[in-house]
Amino acid sequence: MSFPLLTATAAIPAVGAVATAAMPAARRSAAKWLALAFALATLGLAAAQLVRFDPGSGRAFQLTESHAWIADFGVRYQLGVDGIAVALIGLTAVLVPFVILAGWHDADVLEGAEPNRRWRPTQGFFALILLVEAMVVMAFEATDVFLFYLFFEAMLVPMYFLIGGFGDRAGQRPEQEAADRRSHAAVKFLLYNLAGGLIMLAAVIGLYAVTAGQLGHGTFSLTEIVQARAAGRLQLATTTERALFLGFFFAFAVKAPLWPLHTWLPGAMGESTAPVAVLITAVVDKVGTFAMLRFCLQLFPAASKWATPVIVVLALVSILYGALLAVAQRDIKRLIAYASISHFGFIILGVFAMTTQGQSGATLYMVNHGISTAALMLIAGFLISRRGSRLIADYGGVQKVAPVLAGTFLVAGLATLSLPGLAPFVSEFLVLVGTFSRYPVAGGIATLGIVLAALYVLVLYQRTMTGPLKEPVRAMPDLRVRELAVVAPLIALLLFLGVYPKPLTRIVNPAVEHTMSQVSRTDPRPDVPLTDAEVAK
Amino acid sequence: MENLIGLLVLVPLLGAAVLLCGGRRLDRIGPWLGTLLAAASFVIGVVLFAGLLGRSADDRTLRVTVFQWVPVGGFRADIGFQLDQLSMTFVLLITGVGSLIHLYSIGYMAHDARPRRFFGYLNLFLAAMLLLVTANNYLLLYAGWEGVGLASYLLIGFWQHKPSAATAAKKAFLVNRVGDMGLSIAIMLLFTTFGTFAFQPVLAGADRTGEGRLTAIALLLLLAACGKSAQVPLQSWLGDAMEGPTPVSALIHAATMVTAGVYLITRSGPLFEGAPDAQLAVVTVGAVTLLFGAIVGCAKDDIKKALAGSTMSQIGYMVLAAGLGPIGYVFGIMHLVTHGFFKAGLFLGAGSVMHGMNDEVDMRRYGGLRKYMPVTFITFGLGYLAIIGFPGLSGFFSKDKIIEAAFAKGGTEGWILGGAALLGAAITAYYMTRVMLLTFFGEERWRKPPSPQEPSAEPAAHTGELPHPHESPKVMTIPMVVLALGSVLAGGLFSVNDAFVKWLEPVTGHSEGHSPVSAAAVTGATLAVLVLGVALAWAQYGRAPVPVVPPRGSVLTRLARRDLGQDDFNHVVLVRGGGQLTRGLVEIDHKLVDGLVHGTAVSVGGLSGLLRRLQNGYARSYAVSMFGGAAVLIAATLLMRAV
Amino acid sequence: MNPVNYLYLSALLFTIGGVGVLIRRNAIVVFMCVELMLNACNLAFVTFSRMHGNLDGQIFAFFTMMVAAAEVVIGLAIIVSVFRARRSASVDDASLLKL
Repeated sequence: MSFPLLTATAAIPAVGAVATAAMPAARRSAAKWLALAFALATLGLAAAQLVRFDPGSGRAFQLTESHAWIADFGVRYQLGVDGIAVALIGLTAVLVPFVILAGWHDADVLEGAEPNRRWRPTQGFFALILLVEAMVVMAFEATDVFLFYLFFEAMLVPMYFLIGGFGDRAGQRPEQEAADRRSHAAVKFLLYNLAGGLIMLAAVIGLYAVTAGQLGHGTFSLTEIVQARAAGRLQLATTTERALFLGFFFAFAVKAPLWPLHTWLPGAMGESTAPVAVLITAVVDKVGTFAMLRFCLQLFPAASKWATPVIVVLALVSILYGALLAVAQRDIKRLIAYASISHFGFIILGVFAMTTQGQSGATLYMVNHGISTAALMLIAGFLISRRGSRLIADYGGVQKVAPVLAGTFLVAGLATLSLPGLAPFVSEFLVLVGTFSRYPVAGGIATLGIVLAALYVLVLYQRTMTGPLKEPVRAMPDLRVRELAVVAPLIALLLFLGVYPKPLTRIVNPAVEHTMSQVSRTDPRPDVPLTDAEVAK
Repeated sequence: MENLIGLLVLVPLLGAAVLLCGGRRLDRIGPWLGTLLAAASFVIGVVLFAGLLGRSADDRTLRVTVFQWVPVGGFRADIGFQLDQLSMTFVLLITGVGSLIHLYSIGYMAHDARPRRFFGYLNLFLAAMLLLVTANNYLLLYAGWEGVGLASYLLIGFWQHKPSAATAAKKAFLVNRVGDMGLSIAIMLLFTTFGTFAFQPVLAGADRTGEGRLTAIALLLLLAACGKSAQVPLQSWLGDAMEGPTPVSALIHAATMVTAGVYLITRSGPLFEGAPDAQLAVVTVGAVTLLFGAIVGCAKDDIKKALAGSTMSQIGYMVLAAGLGPIGYVFGIMHLVTHGFFKAGLFLGAGSVMHGMNDEVDMRRYGGLRKYMPVTFITFGLGYLAIIGFPGLSGFFSKDKIIEAAFAKGGTEGWILGGAALLGAAITAYYMTRVMLLTFFGEERWRKPPSPQEPSAEPAAHTGELPHPHESPKVMTIPMVVLALGSVLAGGLFSVNDAFVKWLEPVTGHSEGHSPVSAAAVTGATLAVLVLGVALAWAQYGRAPVPVVPPRGSVLTRLARRDLGQDDFNHVVLVRGGGQLTRGLVEIDHKLVDGLVHGTAVSVGGLSGLLRRLQNGYARSYAVSMFGGAAVLIAATLLMRAV
Repeated sequence: MNPVNYLYLSALLFTIGGVGVLIRRNAIVVFMCVELMLNACNLAFVTFSRMHGNLDGQIFAFFTMMVAAAEVVIGLAIIVSVFRARRSASVDDASLLKL
């Protein structure tokens, strides 16, 4: 038996979480370094996955592991990755070390003067981050619907504590009020996602009942169900399929989030610390859009096609609505949250455009949005930690005193507005082209998003970074070495993937083609195809 | 040879990277390094030019694909270059004028705190602009297109501490983004139509495509061109863009970037030729803008804004020419090149004047400066003669040809377009003479101290003390002299033996239209309106003394000072309307979307409050409910049995 | 004698016990009424055992007695400790278990 690479990739951060949590109260610094070391080890394993993964092999899932788990209910411990999962695991593994590094001092304010044996916020903070990573990786790897569901839901618990327990302390409000808002945001996050999860659970059980009835033994295995459907052994009635699809989709749409299920996100991102906000939007939310591609489309192809018109409209509303609300925000982090809602609209649009460009674009978008939002949010976090305010109006002229901070903020902002040369452009354009070639009107409307993106990014930059220097920011220091170590690699990655996205498209394309064949859709043909003579030239 | 094209783009890009990331160590040598790299790309351009000249006229296209940029399914975007005569013309203009302006900036920005960054941005601009004109497909062109937009944003807002500069930069980027939206939808449409968006197959396949589709594509491309080239209705950003340092105005907002729209239309010629309706839209936009810009230019007292109006107007000429099809392409591009020389020269002259006048921009506070800055006066004067179309100078050859071509379109359209172009020529002569007279002739109005109650058009620059006009250093005057030479000679050189027409013809095609008016008559009319315009300006600003405080003026003047109401429209409709929309949406998000969820939570809470009353703590009431429940269950079971 | 009569007796005892649980306040009496109900059930079990001729009912009666014994031990202990704490054996006084 070969080395269980997928299990190891999820297990290492989990072990890291336990080890970090077990560090004695006095060894705070060591706990941080330990967490970072485990995050880097995970990154190494994710890199190993990338190396071992063979995009040309033609198999849908690779590096598979499969063991019986709860045999009575047909639940298997079944793992496997396709190109999309590898890309997203890579994203997660890349981001978490930066999240840890950026949040190096975030838990310090909670430490009392005396080391307390039972209350160890630093250890807890980093252990929770690693725990989230482990669960997210597991959710990306699981090819058993039940196993996926388990981690899809379980990751809410550490996220809940990260949002509620380690919130942003930058507000000038009284601490009690801030704590109330924090716990409100955390509870809202939990309730929304639990509600989605419960509906999904019903659908999961329904799926089991259907398989048990028709196959003779109930199963949750994605591969088995897909094969059985292809062979005609498993046939879902139209209404059943639609109901199950809606159950799954609802949960993913809450997680993603799709308008009008988005209202938990601004609160959760606004009230948590910047690194946790990155964890929410760049890592955890990606599980939602990823699951649409992997589970909704592959398990319920006909129902997906049936629901497409409505979902496309909702995605368009998300794009424009999120962008317009971002323009009106007065709080930097809420602005970024609404911008993310707009971007998730693009991702969902790409997924449901059902073209190779749209779906490849959506996958790249998940990765690129993760990196660009992480960069923007973390720099915003550094800015906020200096001034102690999240309000845009409290800044002005920062560019003069902290040019590196302002410059990197601008680059991250430009990535957010999809400037060519930076990674998000490639994915956004692919999504737009993919959508346009099937739904020209929707593609055209979505393109409005690029104007609005420019508006909210540039307004944010103008109000915070340019203009006359405001008195409270006069003594603001520029980025420190640790902060630069967070920002510089992210920006380098944005530039690299913007100019040379091929390493990503190479592994993503086969997976997308597989998904497309599952849904049995092909790209629309060009209206005026080239003649052979023109191709030859 | 082919690989040099990539290097052409890479050299300034490298410069930008080094200068922007290099840190303070490079502060001292930064300007020279930037200039050197710009000059290096010019040298590469000249080498390539020589290479092209060495080939036969039909074989002057170099192609190279460096690597696949975005390969997804049928979608293939390459990083690939294509250098033909059209691109080459642009490359030489961009690198040539660009290098001169880099040199000029060394002097102009000498007292600035961060010249290194300025040169980094300039190099970035060069790289993006070169990418734009050498790309072999629309998507890469789009990358360059947005790249120049970014460079323009950064440079307009270079003095970020001024809120007006930051606002102007943002405005420029946003208005351009509206145009960019057109370009990106056009690319999508090209992809769904042809399955590719590389120039060669698309342009070859244009004649097999339906007119409706081509019209849609062409109109979208026109929208893009309007944004980048400041054409009506997306022209409003150019005037504000003058907040940037003057070399930027000269390079980006006069000579090169704003002409990208003309490049796009000319490059996409076959698409437009298959869509006569779109061509009509192009010429209409061109004609309207050339008058619009000229009228705005007449009313501005800010020297740079007057020149910006002029730029808009001159690009209107080029767009008009490009919309005429093969009878106009060559002349549009020729005017573009000559305009690149004289307008850059004029802007550098304006910068030199401002440099010597404590950054004063109000022409009503100039006057009689010819004595103090002779070199500036002469070079500016030559540029002036060139732009108004003085016989023998550059502008004469190129503009005259465009007017001829406009008449040659034939029919009523031809008369209207030709008439508009002639009228534009008259107004050009008027406002440029006005600029010339206000700045270099007449009373020395700058000696009058500004009185505090005077509402000045540009209050920002006043420092209180009187300026001491002086000539600029050599590093600034040399580029001005070179550009002045170009403005004098270029048009003549291009026209010898129709050299320029022959050079571009293989790419753009060329046909002589059948003009209802003879060429001599057009030239005569052009000269007549030229004299008229100059005379009118002299009567107003040469003969009579000019008041320092601008008179109230007629309705048209006041309207033109406010850019013919474009900003008021934008403000009311977009800024205020948009603000209300977003605020309304915030309310909706909070009250309706979130409110629905919140309402659910509250009603669940209320329901549990009701149910809670049952839990009163009395064991006996619990026992009652237990017995009651058991009784109901038993009754139900018995009932089911009975049925 | 007809075994059905024992069932009537059992129902009567059960009803008396049930009413006692509902209307009496003294915890000891309530407790005794619960015992009465349990024994009414036992009587029914034994009767059924006799009527059907198998031993299942008698075995169940033993189980019930065991449960009743355990209940007496714990229940009385609780009642005594409540009485000690509150100086009252009324079930209505012990109504703290509510929101």
